[in-house]
Amino acid sequence: MSAPTKTHPELSAVFNKDEERVNWHDETLWWIRQKRDKSANSIPEWEVLREKASQIKSNALSNLAGYLVSFEEKAKANGIIVHWAADAQEHNQIVHQILQKHGIRQLVKSKSMLTEECHLNEYLEKQGLEVIDSDLGERIVQLAKEPPSHIVLPCIHKKKEEIGDLFHQYLGVAAGTSDPQILTEAARVHLRETFLTRKAALTGVNFAIAETGEFVVCTNEGNADMGAHLADVHIACMGIEKIIPKRKHLGVFLRLLARSATGQPITTYSSHFKKPRAGQEMHLVLVDNGRTIQMGREDFRASLKCIRCGACMNTCPVYRRSGGHSYHNAISGPIGAILAPNLDREKYADLPFASTLCGSCTNVCPVKIDIHQQLYKWRQVIVQEGYATSAKKMSMKIMNYTLSSPGVYRTAGKAGRWVLKYIPFAVNNHFNPWYKQRDMPEVPKESFGEWYKKNVK
Amino acid sequence: MSRDKILAALRQNQPELVPLPAAMPLERVEILELQAKFKAMAEGIGSTVHLVDEFAAIHPLITARFSGEKRIVSTIKELVSAGIPAFEFDSDPHSYEDVDVAIFKSNLGVAENSALWLTEDQMGIRVLPFITQHIVMVVPLSAIVPDMHTAYQKIGEAEYDFGTFIAGPSKTADIEQSLILGAHGPRSMTIFIYA
Repeated sequence: MSAPTKTHPELSAVFNKDEERVNWHDETLWWIRQKRDKSANSIPEWEVLREKASQIKSNALSNLAGYLVSFEEKAKANGIIVHWAADAQEHNQIVHQILQKHGIRQLVKSKSMLTEECHLNEYLEKQGLEVIDSDLGERIVQLAKEPPSHIVLPCIHKKKEEIGDLFHQYLGVAAGTSDPQILTEAARVHLRETFLTRKAALTGVNFAIAETGEFVVCTNEGNADMGAHLADVHIACMGIEKIIPKRKHLGVFLRLLARSATGQPITTYSSHFKKPRAGQEMHLVLVDNGRTIQMGREDFRASLKCIRCGACMNTCPVYRRSGGHSYHNAISGPIGAILAPNLDREKYADLPFASTLCGSCTNVCPVKIDIHQQLYKWRQVIVQEGYATSAKKMSMKIMNYTLSSPGVYRTAGKAGRWVLKYIPFAVNNHFNPWYKQRDMPEVPKESFGEWYKKNVK
Repeated sequence: MSRDKILAALRQNQPELVPLPAAMPLERVEILELQAKFKAMAEGIGSTVHLVDEFAAIHPLITARFSGEKRIVSTIKELVSAGIPAFEFDSDPHSYEDVDVAIFKSNLGVAENSALWLTEDQMGIRVLPFITQHIVMVVPLSAIVPDMHTAYQKIGEAEYDFGTFIAGPSKTADIEQSLILGAHGPRSMTIFIYA
């Protein structure tokens, strides 16, 4: 693991330096949230679907060991080679060994948040292998040497002019090009060449079916299929929580996934891989990396239901205004903030606090994860375990003292109003984090308590 | 071994068994309504839809639309002609990199999202529906079902090595959310629904 650099507030401050960009980012994601609403509202049984999905996932988690064993047995019978990895390190080694066995030094990869979580690209590059991400957004952030800032829209933070500059530098596009049509065409040509020359392709997995041993990969671009069907070796990597019991359950999840993610009725491709193509080798890596531990935490277990649609990010007022990189984790946004502390409580102690607890994430989640409740619960765990920052601990102590003594509370209120009225510069300065990107409120003449005493007899 | 460690940890940590919910009720919708819904959804995501009275009307429409293209392959025997060569199998998928138009028959279409189901035996070779520059799908009207639940009911326990739902041309909106058709796969999708 690389050392933590900065916390969410610090990284948000960097993102917030450019106000115009923050507004653009905010509006773009809100627009996607509105598309999701329109799409969801066109399905009268939407809420029933969410409930069914949540229940199917509850069943899947409650019998995950049994379903994994059944999935493995079926997948093996179908001719898929199944591997198990306890953690990121083992996952990366397994992928490396498969490539070594075939003498392959170049890998084409479609979107897989799991391999981001495991830092597979960095690992393979250290071993001297070349990895090319084939999802357009992922390729863009790869060229920019950045991680994705969103699980579904990896380069949502980038302006087309910046992408034009990258493509000018790396793909030979004319300087100053910023037309998305021309840029996409350039990427198509570049990546088609990649697909045609790579012997191994790695894909993620959206759903794996215990009943049949098949796995389903959803994309809009067709990049997972282009990679997998042209390569001699297909490696698919998945977290163990991606299992669903039966094929027919896909009916529920495929109706929810794309509508929640982008408002599309379904992704362009929903590919069901059951057996390797004749002459092809197909591997599947099942990864734990902390999931069995999360399973044991009753308060946080439901986070394993996540189908990675990104709806919670698009709706989150904090994510929209702080950007995905401020979460310093492969999975950003509200869901990232409840998954990350499971992996490293100290490094990600800041994330559950990156929320207003407004509950919008919970309202849009297609599998009904109680995201904001879990954020609130993580805060308590983090403070109890002593991972809160000292400033937060101190302010909480002062707050506790003030709120538990009516006399102190009244005096503090009066003092606050006096300061805002007569010496506003004492709080309107950069030592006060609440003053950043905000104006302090107008001062009321009296407190509610004082008003109440006068007006209600 | 990691397998046993993972399974043991799960058995210890997973909660008491929660039962599966009852299945979603299956919708029954009139066929013409399905056709209209399918067409509207398909056009909404960038496909072109032709409703034809009989199968025989499809061939001239394909030749008219794609007469300028160099390599056309049809996996549907009934559509093969001098202008539309039959698909010929080559085990090397790379040999299809210059295909301009590929024609497939689907026996399952979903009205709520215009997705068409293809299995490997209908594709000729797995890569073909993805590597072709333009894709043509032919589907009988009677094969259209209301939603994904009815679609999976129809698929049932069918055996296939590979299958996929395809809804529209390949697309991306990764650059500032501008929708571009023709990301890595087909740039266009033409659908013929015949009665």
